[in-house]
Amino acid sequence: MPEILHEHAQPKTAFVQPSPDALVRCESLEKWYGSVQALTGVDFHAEPGEIVGLVGDNGAGKSTLIKILSGADQPTSGRIFFAGKEVHLSSPKVSMRLGIETIYQYTAMVPQMSIARNIFIGREPIKGPRIGGVGLMDRKTMVDHATRSLTNIDLTQRSPNTTIDELSGGQRQAVAIARAMYFKSKLLILDEPTNHLSVKETNKVLDYVASLKEQGIGSIFISHNLHHIYPIADRIVAMARGAKIADIRKTDTSIDDMTDMIV
Amino acid sequence: MQSITKALLSRPEISALVMLIVVVIGFTLYAPQFMTFANMRVMFFSLPELGIVVLGVGILMIAGEFDLSVGSVYALCPLVMVLAVGRWGFDPVIGIALGFLVAIFVGYLNGWITLKFSIPSFVTTLGMLFMARSAAVVLSGGFPPPFPADFPTDLFVDDLGLFRASLIWFVGFAVVLGVMLHFSNLGNWIYATGGQPQAAADMGVNTRRVKLFCFMLCSFLAGFAGMITTLRLRSALPSLGEGVELQAIAAAVIGGTALTGGIGSMVGFVVGTALIRVIDNGLVMSRVDANWFKFAIGALTILAVILNTWVRRRARSMH
Repeated sequence: MPEILHEHAQPKTAFVQPSPDALVRCESLEKWYGSVQALTGVDFHAEPGEIVGLVGDNGAGKSTLIKILSGADQPTSGRIFFAGKEVHLSSPKVSMRLGIETIYQYTAMVPQMSIARNIFIGREPIKGPRIGGVGLMDRKTMVDHATRSLTNIDLTQRSPNTTIDELSGGQRQAVAIARAMYFKSKLLILDEPTNHLSVKETNKVLDYVASLKEQGIGSIFISHNLHHIYPIADRIVAMARGAKIADIRKTDTSIDDMTDMIV
Repeated sequence: MQSITKALLSRPEISALVMLIVVVIGFTLYAPQFMTFANMRVMFFSLPELGIVVLGVGILMIAGEFDLSVGSVYALCPLVMVLAVGRWGFDPVIGIALGFLVAIFVGYLNGWITLKFSIPSFVTTLGMLFMARSAAVVLSGGFPPPFPADFPTDLFVDDLGLFRASLIWFVGFAVVLGVMLHFSNLGNWIYATGGQPQAAADMGVNTRRVKLFCFMLCSFLAGFAGMITTLRLRSALPSLGEGVELQAIAAAVIGGTALTGGIGSMVGFVVGTALIRVIDNGLVMSRVDANWFKFAIGALTILAVILNTWVRRRARSMH
């Protein structure tokens, strides 16, 4: 594999290296879609409680990396470690069970369904017996916990029985974050969560992410807008053409240097 | 108060329920024979046979898929049962099981082909409509096979006065599947799969398995309903159930089920079916030319969807 050179990239030796207790660590991930190589041997890591900003243009490989971590897609080769143990993220369920929750740009909410039902899709609390994985939902628990989750995100004026299509884009993202918090995620992946949001709503989402850090929940925040990422990120990883071209602590750089580096 | 109104208006079946009440009152006033014991009997006899098909078609529609082959399965499944017992000499229980197996297999094929090749189920099941019908005609040889005397007819269609045993089966299916749809986690997956498949999949729901299950359930129920008609007629006609697929979809749509998936309810399926049956019967009792039946169902379908869309928009704008 020939080394791909990027004019503005950091030398590989300058990349921030993972600590021994990194929460998630990927080693030389490669991903091929047919004859197209989306990832060309990427190393990536996130420390517990750290906010990692992931930037890069369309087609840089950000989404592929995220899909692999969220279990939606599997790497062609490479290894993934979670809390020190090697894992195979074969489906979204496997990732979620480990505590990797993903917040998608499109919010992953079903518009026609209530907030309470949406929070628990695929993870409904069951009362009574389960037959082949199917049982009766504990609807009281669902509504109670949904109400509490809405309080966490300051959406108290909404009933948990409200359908998602009545909420604004920012409120939907807030519910998605509440869902991730409810299931005690250890690592939150936010895939362009601020797209289609107003400035005010964007700031609110950024506040949530910052407050999660205080609770020890780490985040990987994907955006092509450096200005959204820079204020809250601890570390910034830049990608281009399927490779990591920079991995740098925010304290070691400035937004202008960063902009130069990735453009 | 306003939140109660809103909750009521948000129900998918609300306009169908209002229409049903209006239609029943209208026919009662206009046709004196309508609200009589004898006529109720007629309606209760015919309700379950369409209704059981609607349950399956409606649930599948909520999951975001169609089944146009139910009318053909309606004929094929009981034909296999009657052939197996009457011509091939199987025990009735085995014959019935064989018929259901064929129905479920057709549903499995519908689902497998649709999901495997990512083609619209409209196309898959349109093809299956012809294939299953053709199989029924070929199997029968063009003539209804001899009807075996030892079929458990009473279990399914025994005349109980006001209604037949088939109504109990219909109510049973409606209750069990209603609980499944509205109160079980599987129901939540069905709604999520039809409403926003990507979201359901990203949240760990196996949407393919959910859809496959709904395809098989739908086909099984179509076969079951066909069996009831066959046992009532005491003859397995290869032409049975022609047009049932469209009536069933119409009933589901009238009952508030969205063609796009994710919206619908068990009450809606039952009310939609009842509306079609009541109008069919009421027109006859009002001495209107029976050929207007299809006209009425067509108009009703369009009207119901317009009403549903309007009501839903109104409900959403309320806070």
